[in-house]
Amino acid sequence: MFEAIAFYLFSAITIAMFAITVLSKNALYSMSALAAGMVMISGFFFLLDADFLGVVQIIVYTGAVMALYAFGMMFFDTTRDVKEEIRAPKLVFLLSGLSALLLVIALVAPIVSDHITALYPMTEGVENPQAVGIVLFTKYLVPFEVAAVMLLVAMIAGIVLAGKKMDESLTLKVEEEFQEKGAK
Amino acid sequence: MITLSHYLILSAILFCIGLIGVYRRKNLLLLLFSTEILLNAVNIGFAAVSKFYGDLTGQMFAFFIIAIAASEVAVGLGLMIVWYKRRGTLDLDSMQSMHG
Repeated sequence: MFEAIAFYLFSAITIAMFAITVLSKNALYSMSALAAGMVMISGFFFLLDADFLGVVQIIVYTGAVMALYAFGMMFFDTTRDVKEEIRAPKLVFLLSGLSALLLVIALVAPIVSDHITALYPMTEGVENPQAVGIVLFTKYLVPFEVAAVMLLVAMIAGIVLAGKKMDESLTLKVEEEFQEKGAK
Repeated sequence: MITLSHYLILSAILFCIGLIGVYRRKNLLLLLFSTEILLNAVNIGFAAVSKFYGDLTGQMFAFFIIAIAASEVAVGLGLMIVWYKRRGTLDLDSMQSMHG
């Protein structure tokens, strides 16, 4: 009963928040709604007994990723409304419908066939973070290390890309000055 | 009682919202937001399958997806800052340099 109430509450809020993210004209509203949706998604992970995943979701997504977006948005002019012109709305609706149909087929196919068996069954009598650690550091050790290297590469790439010409103001300059800089 | 289907349907709905965003948005920053929604929707599906089949592989995949999303944001935001310095806009249409 409690699970059902929590599930429907979380799903209603998440869907509403993500709809705001997708449909809002203001980038700032969009980002705030996305952050709220991320927190609500961590609620699903706690409902699904994936405690460690829920904590990681809060720390990494709402902590790191959204903070990074917030800092990145300081570089862009976000107070203005985003101007977007949609050239072919019918095509967009057709494509969305087709992808939704494909998605339903993809989701239903394994459930109908029902041949899924557990590859790494959960260890009995062990809390979720412990079980995650056991599997992560035995079966998935190499992908784990590769992911660590990938994060390092991404960090260096981010610093190199965003750090260049950090001392120059972006908003106070006229566009021609940028063109001159680009031509050099 | 909440079953696996409930979670998978929710995951599909969120994925569709993200897809609508990818189709509809013309601003690069908001396009990246839509990508985050797609990744999160898939994560819910993985966690749900992981619980209802008693298998930890789903959660492992969700962890790696989170790691990939974090590095994607770092590189993507860096590239967007460079682009904004060059052009002063994040509109997708401004990237058509060959007016074909």
